[in-house]
Amino acid sequence: MQAVIQATLDFLKAYWAPLLCGLVIVAVLPLIAGYIVLVERKLMADMQARLGPMRVGPHGLLQPIADAVKLLIKEDIIPEDADKLVFWLAPVLSVGAALLSLAGLAIGPAFQVAKGINIGILFVVGVSAMGIYGIVLGGWASNSHYSLMGALRSSAQLVSYETAAGMALVSGLLFAGTLNVTSIVEAQRDQGIWFGLLAPVAFFTYLVASIAETNRAPFDLPEAESELVAGYMTEYSGFRWALYFLGEYTNMIVVASVATTLFLGGWLRPFPNTHWLNFLDFFPALMMFLIGVYCVMRAPKQPAKVQTLFMLAVAGLCFVLAFILVAPLLIPIAKPSLAAAVKPFADGILGSFWFLLKVSVYLYFFMWLRFTIPRYRFDQLMRLGWHFLIPLSIINVLVMGIAMIVGSYLHLAGGWLLLVTIPASVLALIVALYILSLEQKSAATEQARAASDSYAG
Amino acid sequence: MAKSTIAETGEKPHTLLGADELILNMGPQHPSTHGVLRVKLKLDGERVIGSECMIGYLHRGVEKIAENRSYQQFAPYVDRMDYVAAVSNGLGYCEAVEKLLVVEAPPRAKVIRTILTELQRIASHLLWLGTHALDIGALTPVFYCFREREEILKIFEKYCGARLTTHAFRIGGLQYEAYDTLEKDVERFCKAFESRITQYEDLLTQNRIWLGRTKGVGILKPAEAIALGATGPVLRGSGVKWDIRKAMPYAAYDQYKFEIPTGTTGDTYDRYLVRMEEMRQSRLICLQAIENIPAGPIMAKVGKVLKPPPGEVYHSIEAPKGELGYYVVSDGTVQPYRVRIRPPSFVNLESFDSMVRGHLVADVVAIIGTLDIVLGEVDR
Repeated sequence: MQAVIQATLDFLKAYWAPLLCGLVIVAVLPLIAGYIVLVERKLMADMQARLGPMRVGPHGLLQPIADAVKLLIKEDIIPEDADKLVFWLAPVLSVGAALLSLAGLAIGPAFQVAKGINIGILFVVGVSAMGIYGIVLGGWASNSHYSLMGALRSSAQLVSYETAAGMALVSGLLFAGTLNVTSIVEAQRDQGIWFGLLAPVAFFTYLVASIAETNRAPFDLPEAESELVAGYMTEYSGFRWALYFLGEYTNMIVVASVATTLFLGGWLRPFPNTHWLNFLDFFPALMMFLIGVYCVMRAPKQPAKVQTLFMLAVAGLCFVLAFILVAPLLIPIAKPSLAAAVKPFADGILGSFWFLLKVSVYLYFFMWLRFTIPRYRFDQLMRLGWHFLIPLSIINVLVMGIAMIVGSYLHLAGGWLLLVTIPASVLALIVALYILSLEQKSAATEQARAASDSYAG
Repeated sequence: MAKSTIAETGEKPHTLLGADELILNMGPQHPSTHGVLRVKLKLDGERVIGSECMIGYLHRGVEKIAENRSYQQFAPYVDRMDYVAAVSNGLGYCEAVEKLLVVEAPPRAKVIRTILTELQRIASHLLWLGTHALDIGALTPVFYCFREREEILKIFEKYCGARLTTHAFRIGGLQYEAYDTLEKDVERFCKAFESRITQYEDLLTQNRIWLGRTKGVGILKPAEAIALGATGPVLRGSGVKWDIRKAMPYAAYDQYKFEIPTGTTGDTYDRYLVRMEEMRQSRLICLQAIENIPAGPIMAKVGKVLKPPPGEVYHSIEAPKGELGYYVVSDGTVQPYRVRIRPPSFVNLESFDSMVRGHLVADVVAIIGTLDIVLGEVDR
């Protein structure tokens, strides 16, 4: 007995920080996902000349909570002909994989659940790919045609775009020389340039493939509302449906974080080594401060008193955040003796700001695309994947590798590497476009042949 | 439906992998069947190898109701057929009965009718554009379209108090005189609409995904379109220059200049272009009409009780969706003996099967959208 308690205590002592981080991920992420949905709805409303949710709370700020409560208390329906166990398991798998993959990501130099995990990116990509089981099994277990078709589309789509995304990551990883998330970001600091600039084609490929991987528009075929009702989620309702939704939005955060880590310099501010840009360290505090000022200015114009108070509360929160973000920068100036003690704190807090900002921009791009363009058709999606993105990413790995060798011969480092990587990227793009044009030509002849005998059948 | 139904063809499945066919019931509750259309799709994977439209979920017996109402009483009922183009429905019915009565609406009434009907065409096409784009996955245009449609509905509301089922016209002319600022309102709308329609075209016309989703989808050859009885933009999209406003002018259309846009290949993209151009042309007609609205009475001399002489008449107009025809038979009493309605949506839906064969499930919704059907009119 004694030994068991001792072992438990030892375990807790060693792993309390990751456990805490894990708890935060599981407990807070649903809320974050809910608010991402709210932001998405608000952005969509803004682009569509309307207001979006306005009823629950000031400007609909409490809408996610109302939605969550509604989903939790809804009747739990399992179709009679469904495979009950699998039906139950599928959304859990989906959301579990998504949440687990967050464990490998580092938000700042200090915040990582699986600290120092040396297979970093590989772990994240591998675990998040497991989420497809949730979708396929859910679609199969529902025993509905729409669900089945959604699941089939989803599996085909993920397999194709996972390849392109993986290859794009390889091109980026060539520059880092490691899979460890922290080391990747440090490599970008040492080189003084984001890998997204060194390997623009890889970044672009990953951007497109990650949209497809997370089933977002214009590649949202597995859940295409106007075609398959809700795709693999058609038979799901209430909390199970919410789990799928959570899984989807967590996956968005995951792919955005991977892209940020590998291509956008992780938690580093833009141009981390350029000293005359050091004033950018004050940008986070300034931004929070300005948001706070805006809220204060808007507060008296609110129609109800409770809304005014709420706006002031938001403003207060922003000011507190601004203070937290600026304090670690001001303390060393006031008291140079404390500089060393404050340094990790400053790095951590400013780092997470930059990281989250980049992730937000990435997510904003996702949303923007969704509101702007129509949906691809399934065959077009497959053609884009197999005829363009996969060749492009494979060729890009090849030419990037050659560019690295040439660069090391010429003793290029940092920004000078652009001299070889940019021509290499252009070359990869040209070759891939050439392959695409060949494919299109053969497809056109095939189509003409098919059209000529379509009336025969 | 025209060629063969699923039940009729007892052939062996010739699917790609020799697998069983999948029968998918699309509707009557489905986000993009535009109401309660039920399509039974026979699928090979995602490819459509057969289809059957099952209609009648919204049948209200409009034609039968006509036999138990007086001529004036029945007029509001026709608004409920194509409920997104109620004004056009009313125009067709009123003109048919006028023909039966051998009276003609005064010129002023005719012009106002033309203006309102053309505005209705724009409103109907806007609704089509928004939902069609939504079906294909573009989330945003629908809200812009509704913004403009709202302006038109406001004009209707100012004119007759109703927005959707307007009952704007009466047999023999108009019930209401045009309100004071009608011309100004219409002019303001038409001036603003020019840039708005360019905005929609910017969003869609050259969009590569939009082109990929609509070009070559649901091709309807001209001969086939005529054989299947397609009318309206569906027929014109196939390249047949047929528009009742030109061919058999009614209301005041013979006074105005406008073009009939036609397509070349008869695919979904062509029908899209045709409808976009039709909105522009309707706008031009409205602008010409408000220039010169003749003064005079708005109601021809018809009695309180309408008793048309025994006889029959067929009158058709170019509704936003195609040829809307009314066949009215009178036996000399106050109630029509029979009213038969030729609804454009119903007849255009006949082309559905030949259009979807060989396409994918995603194209099915695009084709339903491009046919621009309203189930209230299909089922009546």
